[in-house]
Amino acid sequence: MSQNMRPPTLKITPEEYKDLSTKLTPKPTVVKNCIWAFFVGGLICAIGQVIINLFVAGGLNPTQASTAATALLIFLGALLTGLGIYDEIGKYAGAGSVVPVTGFANSIVSPALEFKREGYVMGVGARLFTIAGPVLVYGIATSIVVGIIYYFLH
Amino acid sequence: MFLFQMIIPAFLVGGVICVIGQLLMDLTKPSFTPAHVLVTFVTGGAILGALGWYKPLIEIGGAGASVPLSGFGYSLAKGAMDAVSREGLMGALSGGVAATAVGIAAAVLFGYLVSIAFNPKG
Repeated sequence: MSQNMRPPTLKITPEEYKDLSTKLTPKPTVVKNCIWAFFVGGLICAIGQVIINLFVAGGLNPTQASTAATALLIFLGALLTGLGIYDEIGKYAGAGSVVPVTGFANSIVSPALEFKREGYVMGVGARLFTIAGPVLVYGIATSIVVGIIYYFLH
Repeated sequence: MFLFQMIIPAFLVGGVICVIGQLLMDLTKPSFTPAHVLVTFVTGGAILGALGWYKPLIEIGGAGASVPLSGFGYSLAKGAMDAVSREGLMGALSGGVAATAVGIAAAVLFGYLVSIAFNPKG
């Protein structure tokens, strides 16, 4: 069977073929994605800083200002998701729109909206936590472990 | 002038933290979804906070370090440690959630209201 087969027309070894195909594949978009993530993520954080500065100017102490800014950013992230704007930004920004706390708000609203037709309890109520659930589980669990270790070290 | 304080450091530090998230997503495709990124950042922020390595980042970058979800993790860990100092072992359970209660409650409230008020696109 194998003797009847036509010999390969390409006079290159599999290694050469691999080299060629890597060379000819379009450049990975990693660099472009990172530039987008940097600018959009940086911009969201810069807006957060402006909000903190405004709250401090309004008389809050830095910790209160930071907490209030987080709440406001969560509101803005949720609202922009509801308006369909945040997911448009996310198409370009990637992690730049995921990592800031506005992305956390987006991860809460997106699945809840998508599964709204399943009802207000198992649709909206449950799906709010599709991604926020794991985040809270791992975040809170880690903080408890940290607290216990801290207790025994001090 | 005060209103413009710390904006450039916040932009730079926040941008770099987001690039780390982007690299995690792009270089581990397709196993790393945005959900994995968020979980990694909150856990990572808590651990770095516990080791005392995240606080300098907050001092340098302000909102650039506190707005990314790693800042949420840092607040959780810091809250737990502060509460342990104040009230002992029970603080380990209460401190993290107490320190981040505003953020968690805001996320639930605003998330719910927006989901009720809007309908999915398409």
